[in-house]
Amino acid sequence: MAERAVEREMRKAGVAALVPGLVAFVLLLAFGLAGGALAKEAAPAADDPVLERRVMAVAAKLRCLQCQNQSIAESDAPLAIDLRNQMREQMRQGKSERDVVDFLLARYGDFVLLRPPLKPVTVLLWTGPILLFIAGLIALFYQSRRPRAAPEVELSETEHARALRLLRAGSGRKP
Amino acid sequence: MIAELGQFLLVAAFVLALTQGILPLAGAVRGDAVWMSVARPAAVGQFAFIAVAFGFLTYAFITNDFSIQYVASNSNTALPLRYRIAAVWGGHEGALLLWVLVLTFWMVAVSVFSRSLPEEMVARVLGVMGLVSVGFLAFMLFTSNPFDRLLPAPPDGRDLNPLLQDLGMVLHPPMLYMGYVGFSVAFAFAMAALMSGRLDAAWARWSRPWTTVAWVFLTLGNALGSWWAYYELGWGGWWFWDPVENSSFMPWLVGTALIHSLAVTDKRGAFRNWTVLLAILAFALSLLGTFLVRSGVLTSVHAFASDPRRGIFILALLVIIVGSSLTLFAWRASRVGTSGTSGRFEPVSRESMLLANNVLLMVATGTVMLGTLYPLALDALGLAKITVGPPYFDAVFVPVIAPALFLMGIGPIARWKKASLPDLAVRLRWALGVSLVLALLLPFTLGRWDPMVSFGLALAVFIAATSAVSLWERVRHATTGASAWTRLAGTSRAFYGMLIAHVGVAILVAGITLVKGYEAEKDVRMGLGDTVELAGHTFLLRNVSDVAGPNYIAARATLEVTRKGARVATLHPEKRRYRTQEKPMTEAAIDPGFARDLYVTLGDQLNATTWLVRVLYKPFVGWIWGGALLMALGGLLAAADRRYRIAARAPREADYAVAARGPQPTPV
Repeated sequence: MAERAVEREMRKAGVAALVPGLVAFVLLLAFGLAGGALAKEAAPAADDPVLERRVMAVAAKLRCLQCQNQSIAESDAPLAIDLRNQMREQMRQGKSERDVVDFLLARYGDFVLLRPPLKPVTVLLWTGPILLFIAGLIALFYQSRRPRAAPEVELSETEHARALRLLRAGSGRKP
Repeated sequence: MIAELGQFLLVAAFVLALTQGILPLAGAVRGDAVWMSVARPAAVGQFAFIAVAFGFLTYAFITNDFSIQYVASNSNTALPLRYRIAAVWGGHEGALLLWVLVLTFWMVAVSVFSRSLPEEMVARVLGVMGLVSVGFLAFMLFTSNPFDRLLPAPPDGRDLNPLLQDLGMVLHPPMLYMGYVGFSVAFAFAMAALMSGRLDAAWARWSRPWTTVAWVFLTLGNALGSWWAYYELGWGGWWFWDPVENSSFMPWLVGTALIHSLAVTDKRGAFRNWTVLLAILAFALSLLGTFLVRSGVLTSVHAFASDPRRGIFILALLVIIVGSSLTLFAWRASRVGTSGTSGRFEPVSRESMLLANNVLLMVATGTVMLGTLYPLALDALGLAKITVGPPYFDAVFVPVIAPALFLMGIGPIARWKKASLPDLAVRLRWALGVSLVLALLLPFTLGRWDPMVSFGLALAVFIAATSAVSLWERVRHATTGASAWTRLAGTSRAFYGMLIAHVGVAILVAGITLVKGYEAEKDVRMGLGDTVELAGHTFLLRNVSDVAGPNYIAARATLEVTRKGARVATLHPEKRRYRTQEKPMTEAAIDPGFARDLYVTLGDQLNATTWLVRVLYKPFVGWIWGGALLMALGGLLAAADRRYRIAARAPREADYAVAARGPQPTPV
């Protein structure tokens, strides 16, 4: 009995599925082969695109903890998907971006932030480039101020060849 | 049997490397011609041994010899032949073997193309390279032997990481290694110059083409890596500031500084110490990169190996090579470097600008290094666990590199020794005007004005425009040749090489700016027959079918792309599941174009007829790699300049005398 019922349901479903297809087919014939005009615009992957954009903007700043060097927004790792779901849920309930980040920070620490925060341990990281830049400027300044040795002396080709011969002979090297 | 023979060849190569590292160097000190003459045959012999060993390992991969541990871990009977060959360098041990193969290849190149060099110089250069080879062969033999047996042999191998089963894997590592390891030649030349005490223009001229060619390979290697990541990883990114990328980017930055500094030493006799230091640093950073990637200190997509013994060995190698070379530098440079009386220049001159650019490139390198090593250091010291991701690098790298790009436009226009600012301003007024106007207006034609886009375009157009000015002045002031055409033809390849490379940088900067400014993407659920609109293009999902690859099964979608009703492309993104490693992989489908790429990936199946699909619009993204290609082309042209070949053909003594004269009157 039950099997029969299931079968009937399936047949019904099959017929039901056929109907839109038939309609489309008829319309297709009616409008010629302008198939593209008939196709419907695909739905956004997210139910709420505005919320999704906010979630992804935050997720892009956070590290996927399971993978290397991918953000939570980019990764398809199970943990990243799970975290995106949690973030989405929290933001749907009205929490701000700040709250969501704080929640993940409390859970995983600074490791989760792709942009390291300025803290005593990261002072050198953030000031390093500026210090290097200043050091470079000082080096350049020093270089431009350095007094030069004797002025340039241009040797003629013959003088050079002679100097070279003398040098070679002087060092006792084999020819 | 093959494995044992391969092992034997590695040991033989090790012994030869020892000989090559000791006898020629000692011979150069004692003035013993017989000892020095060992260098060339030893280098060729080493190359032959390593090449045959490499051939044996390749053979083991082709014939699926899973009794070799390394083959069993990185291959599989179902793996297509070309990837079985690429798998030779798909893991740690094989990558090292490739490293040494490339090193010995460069040695042979030096011994063949150095006929015009003094025997003593050749002996020293090859001797230094021999010592490097000793270190790496020892590393391989003692910690990472590719020929270790695995008995009993498993029936099948664990397969190559699916991410690596790609044309990129066939090309990218050999290119990158040619570049990385190629800097060992510049390094060896610098060491030889320090040892001999002749840190002169001749040395700079000899090492210039070698350094440029290595830089060309490194440029191509980095560009290939970026392009591969773009199409393979499936989310349309092209640069990730991944520690592994950084470790090949740092030698590139220093190498770029080095080729410019070498030019000044060659032409003007200035910057000698600085050039030597850069040559040491470029190779040191190549070694650091090898350490970071091969020791497993970074656990990233690229680093498969993790065995602390290896890390410590290679770290020791790094410390010994860098430490001893810097010691030699500190000991000798003060004596040999400042002896030159030539090379004086004013604060405003081409030398100054090249020096400023060199400093900026070094600051940029230091910044990348800081960001790459900082989290490792904090972690090692147990202070904190932090991540230094792309937002950090974007924030600190751009401000350092932007002034360098600006200076790059002015440098080639400025005169050697002494330039005047008012004169520069007059000659650059057109370039400046054109770049400012275009930078302000172009963004409107592309849809939306954005300050960063304007800024990036201003730099790009400025570099291109000043290159044009520089060509124009060259033609106008040329003394020989009646027509513009003969003047153009009479201009050196080195000059054209520089122009092309600089225009390449302009194109690269424009590409980065535009793709960052105007890229767009959409994530949608597509049923069969659904469409999605993006940047004026309509994507229609026709069907999704199952296809079977050699070692994977895949769902393959067919999307038709139209623009204003006209057909543009048919794209086939795939979602693959590799059988052995059970890894799902997305294969993006890309319609590349001059002004834009269309990029589609297939996501999860939601129900019988609906799929997650991501479509991306990447304006001008191809310019990034196009620009890099032009840079490489420019480098090749510069390395092929007649001056080097004339020098090579001239009798040795005369050549040395001429080259030793230091500053050359020839322009550029």
